[in-house]
Amino acid sequence: MLKEILIMGKIGILIELKDGKIKKSNFGVITLARRQESERYALILNGNAAACKEQLQQYGIEKIIDLTSSEGPVKWNPVKWSRAIIAAMDHFDITSLCGLTSGRGRDILPRVAAYLDAPLVMDCVDLNLKDRTVKKSQFSGKTIATIKVSGNHFIFGIRPNAIDAKPDPCEAAVIPFQADFASEGLEVKQLKQQAHGGIDLTEADIIISGGRGMENPENFEILFECARVIGAAVGASRVAVDAGWVPHTMQVGQTGATVSPKVYIACGISGSVQHFAGMKTSGLIIAVNTDPEASITKNCDYYIVEDLFKIVPILTRHLKLVVDENQLT
Amino acid sequence: MKIYVCVKHVPDSAATIAIKGTNQIDESVTFLLNPYDEHAVEEGVRLKAQAEGSEVVAVAVGKEAAINTLQSVLAMGADRAILVKTDDPPDSILAARALKAAIEQDGKPDIIFTGKESIDSEGMQTMFRLAAALDMPVATNVVALSIDRNNALVESELEAGVRQSLEMQLPCIIAAGKGLNKPKYPTFIDIRKAKKKETKQIDLDSLPIEKSAASMEILELKPAVEQRQPTELKGPPEEAVLQLIEVLKNEAKVL
Repeated sequence: MLKEILIMGKIGILIELKDGKIKKSNFGVITLARRQESERYALILNGNAAACKEQLQQYGIEKIIDLTSSEGPVKWNPVKWSRAIIAAMDHFDITSLCGLTSGRGRDILPRVAAYLDAPLVMDCVDLNLKDRTVKKSQFSGKTIATIKVSGNHFIFGIRPNAIDAKPDPCEAAVIPFQADFASEGLEVKQLKQQAHGGIDLTEADIIISGGRGMENPENFEILFECARVIGAAVGASRVAVDAGWVPHTMQVGQTGATVSPKVYIACGISGSVQHFAGMKTSGLIIAVNTDPEASITKNCDYYIVEDLFKIVPILTRHLKLVVDENQLT
Repeated sequence: MKIYVCVKHVPDSAATIAIKGTNQIDESVTFLLNPYDEHAVEEGVRLKAQAEGSEVVAVAVGKEAAINTLQSVLAMGADRAILVKTDDPPDSILAARALKAAIEQDGKPDIIFTGKESIDSEGMQTMFRLAAALDMPVATNVVALSIDRNNALVESELEAGVRQSLEMQLPCIIAAGKGLNKPKYPTFIDIRKAKKKETKQIDLDSLPIEKSAASMEILELKPAVEQRQPTELKGPPEEAVLQLIEVLKNEAKVL
């Protein structure tokens, strides 16, 4: 058993925060890391390690590396963050690194892999460290590939919400680690929050999306209103984005975001292959479409053949009742 | 400016993918230029128009059939193309080394464009490996770019609703996201002109490439099977919605 653990090496989990809080999807990654039965370390670079301890120890993290620079938290710069992570991996003898295949993950994990000349698989839905294999989608989500990795370090980006988070309480210790790095020709000038705001598509439990059937940008307000009642995120198909009705950041699909919420409600979306590529691993797919023959009705869990402009307001009304009822009990 | 664009010949996302053997696909489907690479090519061609005396060179690593994709890139406005030929699809580690060798053999890049990911392998990493190999800064998911003397000022979408503004010293690598530009479709004349432009073919084995100790190998490809059994929620709108609420409460357990 000990020999197996030594062969598998230690595993680091890069924890991602938003507004000082641990993004929910991290707990699925931790759950996946726990299955590997390797010694685990959580890595935090935002200066919130002590504040995160409570939550992290709920999910079986015993060691938290608090990565800082000599000036305090490492200011966001993907190059500096990647170098700091590598220094910590080197110091603590961590051979595998897991993180989210999120926007930040896509900016950090490949840099770490490139600097280490290590194999990297992004958007994994399963991992077996002992066999050195992972599973991920390929060919626009039409196939699942089993990939074997070889090398001295192993880097994995996990698809957000692909793994259900399971608690496993323990006690954690915070270990400080300080390192300073140059920015190597890449400076971060500014981080800008766009007006659209709303909930991150990759963090949401429920997504309501609109497509061609929405007809114009103003109509998306009915989806936003519905979403607000239950804290859902609002997405869109490529048609709506290309028509200029909503920003590209709302697009779900092959050339947009890949999401895996518990519930995906598609309103006025026909269900092209490219759209499915972005949401096919959702828990439940629900379609509202006036066309009973739309592709999406063949590949969903539940569908309503009706005008979304009738259904969505009724849905919003009923959801408000449920929420009010829940607040009373 | 010496502008290189790294492109990939990939199956059309609308194509039906059939698995051949344990880990290959049936390649008799339509192949085309990777969608994100369209934005990379377009940006390279636009940059060329702004900087007199510039040249856009397209580079691809792949089978001989990739010549077709390189032709479409030439039709979009690239000046020359290079195909690093191999019948064995390389992993990202090898692909990056091949691109580096081909580019260095050809000239001194001022800027390199790529797409942010390919829709077949969905690896999201080749540009980072190329950047590390060439010792250049790199940014991904770039949706805005301006060149200011020796610096590239880019905007890259970092996460939901958050854009980062970055400044990188040239030479650098820009991985294009959707939204960087609107690619122009070539005219018939562009396509004709493209046939006269030079495409050089180099065998991967002939390039000075050191093999890495690291690799990623596809052991198996399986179809992602759709297992959903659709159920229609029938009745007048009010009734259908009530059934949906029950599903959300009892099955999805999100309420």
